[in-house]
Amino acid sequence: MPDAIVAEGLVKKYGDVVALDGMDLTVPEGTVLGLLGPNGAGKTTTVRILTTLLTPDAGHATVAGFDVVRDARRLRARIGASGQYAAVDDHLTGAENLEMVGRLYHLGTRRSRERARELLERFDLTGAADRPVQGYSGGMRRRLDLAGALVADPPVLFLDEPTTGLDPRARASLWDVISELVAAGTTVLLTTQYMEEADRLADRVAVVDHGRVIALGTADELKSHVGGDRIELSVTSAADLASATRVLVPLSAGAPQSDATALRVTIPVAGGASALTEALVRLAAERITVRDAGLRRPTLDDVFLTLTGREADEKTKETAR
Amino acid sequence: MNTLHLAVADGVTIARRNTLKIRRAPDLLGGVVMLPIVLVLLFTYVFGSMISLPGVSYVEYLLPGIFVMTIVSSGQITGYTLTQDLQRGIFDRFRTLPMSPSAVLTGQTVADVIMNVTSIVTMALVGLLVGWRVHTSPGEAALGFLMLLLFAYAFSWVTATVALALRTPEVFNNVATIMSFPMVFLSNAFVDSARLPGPLKPIAEWNPVSTLVQASRELFGNTSPALPVPDAWPLRHAVPVSFLWSVLLLAVFAPLATRLYKKAVSR
Repeated sequence: MPDAIVAEGLVKKYGDVVALDGMDLTVPEGTVLGLLGPNGAGKTTTVRILTTLLTPDAGHATVAGFDVVRDARRLRARIGASGQYAAVDDHLTGAENLEMVGRLYHLGTRRSRERARELLERFDLTGAADRPVQGYSGGMRRRLDLAGALVADPPVLFLDEPTTGLDPRARASLWDVISELVAAGTTVLLTTQYMEEADRLADRVAVVDHGRVIALGTADELKSHVGGDRIELSVTSAADLASATRVLVPLSAGAPQSDATALRVTIPVAGGASALTEALVRLAAERITVRDAGLRRPTLDDVFLTLTGREADEKTKETAR
Repeated sequence: MNTLHLAVADGVTIARRNTLKIRRAPDLLGGVVMLPIVLVLLFTYVFGSMISLPGVSYVEYLLPGIFVMTIVSSGQITGYTLTQDLQRGIFDRFRTLPMSPSAVLTGQTVADVIMNVTSIVTMALVGLLVGWRVHTSPGEAALGFLMLLLFAYAFSWVTATVALALRTPEVFNNVATIMSFPMVFLSNAFVDSARLPGPLKPIAEWNPVSTLVQASRELFGNTSPALPVPDAWPLRHAVPVSFLWSVLLLAVFAPLATRLYKKAVSR
């Protein structure tokens, strides 16, 4: 499968600040790469270079076979981009916004109008088509912005934090739309701070920190780096915590960790659900009261924490939930 | 389609978008239609009742000044719209499209000419109602309006340059207000510049606003033999110098604004 996006050694500096420090990426045609990283990791700068908005200080990149610097003009006809700030015009109606984009892609007046109607219908905006965007909700604006990126039916799509700031329902509906596009063969580069989003949409995830890729793989591969399934148990007293840890050692596939403040013990296990049943049986036999028990798979949050030594982004994580 | 054809087609698309925007935005529309009406009425009845000039009614003397003042203030709409588009990421969208990069600014400035036509027609009509008259041939009067619109077009490029350099709507608005007031009031727009004190006199006489106001008065016949033209060279040749100013501003600021636009990315 040929690569739709190739970036090699991209460097971008703003004064003393190094935004990109040797960014390498490849995205095979028809797949989704998720760029995952905290604010300031270089995700947006990467997208800006690949969509011809910025020129790199060093390195080079091709998208759909076109060099992002030398063939910028021809490349623009082959890509769509949707940013974290919905770039739609408040005073224009939804239909007018999309028709304008169509004309600027040189589809011609008639085709632009048809295409606008098609997209509005597909994005469930037909009812609001002739209302100024000013009155749209956040989710509607994002959908309209994404529709704008699709006007010319581009083979490569760049989505820079497409659901940041949206409520869960609007997020889920945007995810559905993106999944459909991918199923139809569009190559997507997606940046996100939300692990869940990368997990749901991306074929492969590149973890980005300090302007470079620090880990790359499928979500499952990245998770298995961090470890397999774990059992998490909460007990009611410090004494129980010690005995629970002791009882469970034989089941453990690695070193158990106990958290004295939360009265919680975490044990890496190999057997999945059956290990959990076994653990509960043994604890019951010892008359240890279990307040809460669960089998937990590592999340991309854990991956991120392990790779970078810090949470992806405390504040945005809260709003993501 | 060749490059020029593309640039024109894209320019038309953008101009249409900006015209729609002005029609839909009450704040902008107020600046285009209401402000000129208010200015004509205020200046006519407030200053007009205090100031008397030999050989010409103050309303006639005043209206060319109001025309120019409105052109200067509506140039701010160009800058304001551009900084807003920059801040909202709309330029980013435009710049990822295969459109002509110059079309955004030509479209914007052409839309502003359409807006200026609206304001000038409004002012002329209100002016006629309150006693302004044209005393020259229709040809000269038409040349007068053409000259004002050309200057307005050139001035849009000046404000576009300032806006793209300053980047945020708030900063642009402050700077534009601070700059436009002296530009308009340190001129012959409302008073006879010959009677200004000391250093203010040469500043007012060489101010391009004065040249344009003087040229408009000549082309609309709102001058008085009792108010001789000052000796300053630009005022003596006001009509050709006004056209010269427009061409000069265009030649300098159109390329400058285009370059700033190409560098402008929202973040």
